[in-house]
Amino acid sequence: MPVTFEVNGKPVSVDVEPRLTLADCLRHHLRLTGTHVGCEHGICGSCTVLVDGAAVRSCLILAVQAEGAKVVTVEGLSREEGLTPLQASFRKHHALQCGFCTPGMITTAHALLSEEPDCDADRVREVLSGNLCRCTGYISIVEAVLDARAAYKRGGNGA
Amino acid sequence: MRTANGFVGQPVERLEDFRFVRGRGQYVDDLARNDMLHAAILRSAVAHGRIRSIDVSRARKIPGVHAVITAADLGNPVPLVPMRLQPMPEFEAFGQPVMAGDKVRYVGEALAMVLADSAAIAEDALSAIEVDIEPLPAISNWQASAANETLLFENKGSNVTMVFRALRGDATAAFKDAPYTRRERFSTQRHTALPMEPRGLLAEWDAARGRMTVSGAAKVLFANRRILAKQLGIAEDSIDMVEYDVGGSFGARGEFYPEDFLIPFAARHVGRPVKWTEDRREHLMTMNHAREAACDVEIACTRDGIILGLRGHAFVDMGAYMRTNGAVGARNIAQFMSGAYRVRNIDIDVTLLLSNKTPVGTYRGPGRFETDFFRERLFDMVARDLGIDRVAFRRRNLVAADEMPYAVAAIAPFPSKDELDSGDYQATLDRCLAEFGWAEKAKLQGRCVDGRYHGLAACCFIEGGAAGPKESARLVLETDGTLTVYMGSSGVGQGLETAFAQIAADAMDMPMDRINHVFHGSTKYVSDGYGSYHSRSIVMGGSAVLDAAAKLKTAMCAEAARRLNCGAAEVSLADGRAAAPDGKSVSWAELAPEPLSVEGAFSNHKHTWAYGAHAAHVAVDVKTGAVELIDYVAVENCGRMINPLTLKGQLVGAVVQGLGGAFLEHLAYDENGQLLTGSLADYLIPTASDYPRIRGYVMESHPSPTNPLGAKGAGEGGIIPVGGVIANAIADALSSFGVEPRDLPLSPSRLWQLVQDARK
Repeated sequence: MPVTFEVNGKPVSVDVEPRLTLADCLRHHLRLTGTHVGCEHGICGSCTVLVDGAAVRSCLILAVQAEGAKVVTVEGLSREEGLTPLQASFRKHHALQCGFCTPGMITTAHALLSEEPDCDADRVREVLSGNLCRCTGYISIVEAVLDARAAYKRGGNGA
Repeated sequence: MRTANGFVGQPVERLEDFRFVRGRGQYVDDLARNDMLHAAILRSAVAHGRIRSIDVSRARKIPGVHAVITAADLGNPVPLVPMRLQPMPEFEAFGQPVMAGDKVRYVGEALAMVLADSAAIAEDALSAIEVDIEPLPAISNWQASAANETLLFENKGSNVTMVFRALRGDATAAFKDAPYTRRERFSTQRHTALPMEPRGLLAEWDAARGRMTVSGAAKVLFANRRILAKQLGIAEDSIDMVEYDVGGSFGARGEFYPEDFLIPFAARHVGRPVKWTEDRREHLMTMNHAREAACDVEIACTRDGIILGLRGHAFVDMGAYMRTNGAVGARNIAQFMSGAYRVRNIDIDVTLLLSNKTPVGTYRGPGRFETDFFRERLFDMVARDLGIDRVAFRRRNLVAADEMPYAVAAIAPFPSKDELDSGDYQATLDRCLAEFGWAEKAKLQGRCVDGRYHGLAACCFIEGGAAGPKESARLVLETDGTLTVYMGSSGVGQGLETAFAQIAADAMDMPMDRINHVFHGSTKYVSDGYGSYHSRSIVMGGSAVLDAAAKLKTAMCAEAARRLNCGAAEVSLADGRAAAPDGKSVSWAELAPEPLSVEGAFSNHKHTWAYGAHAAHVAVDVKTGAVELIDYVAVENCGRMINPLTLKGQLVGAVVQGLGGAFLEHLAYDENGQLLTGSLADYLIPTASDYPRIRGYVMESHPSPTNPLGAKGAGEGGIIPVGGVIANAIADALSSFGVEPRDLPLSPSRLWQLVQDARK
């Protein structure tokens, strides 16, 4: 069945099976492979995207449920050249190793900092506790997110 | 090595991050081909049974299904997954068939494979396959295995695949008149590496040229190519194994699994590209498990705490088959029971037992995590018995700097001997205690504060690295004067591109931004490669880069000498130019009208031994069994640091993985061999809010004499002592109850039960 929504600011129309997840639609139909699928049951958070501004596990919603929504993926939170302050902070703090969970961490952190640019370390840990990382032990990720708060506080969106 | 440039040792931010933080990494499931089919694999729901029939006729008729493959289609006999490490003849009969034909031996074993237009259709078709299996009694623990009443391989007459034995000195004599002995039983639970990226493969068969390309290979690509070539009956050099970005290995990902045959076979069978990506449930029941071991161990000491001997027996649950590196953990339990300590008399045997569970393989610090838990727990009990401070007990027994190189126990039946290469084990313990603030915290030991009991512990460890025999590297001076680096080793997410660029830039005395790219992990790049395991890539691969750089400089000087009319020895290569003594010079670009390519190698059979100490401070709520980790300090000496940023990242990340093993992670089975933890809602790993206080410190005072970098493999040390140090801190906290944890994991329910039992 047809579904029309917006991805990273561009309108898209796709003909999908009703059972197709938004994650698979983004990855395999729209070829936006920055969104990663780690568990397909809503635990790992690797597939987190923004749907109308909220962090959503794209493996837990169907593509057809995105009808009319504004979807933003990690690609949409990136510049053509260089890194955003949030991405640069991840690099500076070595907040990633294998990179597989990173897109979900970036989208989740972006949603948090956009809403709560003054959040403290406990709040960052609480929000990120829904995203699994097997490499870093998380401490550097929390530091990276805290260090990126300034870019969101200045009235910017960090992007 | 020349270090005027000074990239080595600096916290250089990673090159690979530019693609990862922007979602531009390329993992195997990101690949697509126009005419590709998708594979799905039917897994046995029965742990042990005889296959009566597999009826695929309905599945074959489903629109969109192109083929359904069972063991009958794979030839006779069905290929077995061979042993890559310790390939002893005794193990051969216990190898895993790439698909089950007559018997199933664990839940998750492959029974059939569907190839279809989409992954969804392929999965639909799996449910149309009718399987009839006659169930047999299942072996779900090593004790039942040892009874040999039910056999996994009836023709072998036993479930024991091997017994290893660590021997040193004369343990019998040491125990005979020992003033003090203590005997204890301990166990560690089955858990797994769990990389965040599920396994996947894309195989493409070019029938016209007889070539196979396998994308998604990782870790040990050349070894896997040898195995696949033999199984497919084609030449090794007609197979390309291609590594893309890899979402973590930790020892488990990249070994040769049944699917590493099945997917290439399928591509050749249908003449189209075939892709397969496992789901997380499949992952938990098929990827190598690890760590399930038990021991009955005895120590002999003098009254003032000098260890006289260690002896005993260990038992390792291997799961249903001997996989590629399945024996490594068991071997290491024997070899590292003595760890960083001077134990002159050792007699430890380790029995490898089959069960109806997923086969095991290596997981970061294989065998070491387990045996360090056993030993360090035992040491704290002994120190308490003898009235000796726990830190002082360790100090009395650590191998001293002037005893290096120090021979560790030989492991029968292997001929090779190992020795600790260098180091000052007291110094890392000193640093650990200082950073931790042991002296100030010591008064908290066993104290109850605001209803919670506080405990401390400190343990020492060694980490083996740098497995031989060899690694390769190729450097190419491009026509624009830039450098490209090709590695025989493999990048599995640990940041090797950056580390090798640092090493190459220093060796060539050039800026890092003149290095185009570091390519790694594919069989196309170098003539021979060995891969990423046993903390070997920096030592072996980095040393190979040094060799290649020396050769490239020789070639560049020769070419410059020809152009500048001087002797090759007179040419200097600084600042991107080759200069003669008379001041005339040419640019590096001019030296390479065609790309100038050289291959280097490093061969070495001696291991490196990084070492260190960890300390923990916990608070235990005896009403709930919950433990808060209040502080954790990890110190490791790795001889020579290449990149402190990535090294510390490895250290802290490994500690948190170890905390998962100490507290949370458990692949639980019921008595029928059913896996009870088949999702990430059941199999718990640490999250961002669990362990917020981990501090890592790296020292480099004792370079390894085994390699020109002076580096010691350091990717695994962080995980090795964690189980022991956590259990000891909890025992210390609960000393007033007399609680002595002997089994991992220390989940709240288990700890609560231990407290209840102690109160009775």
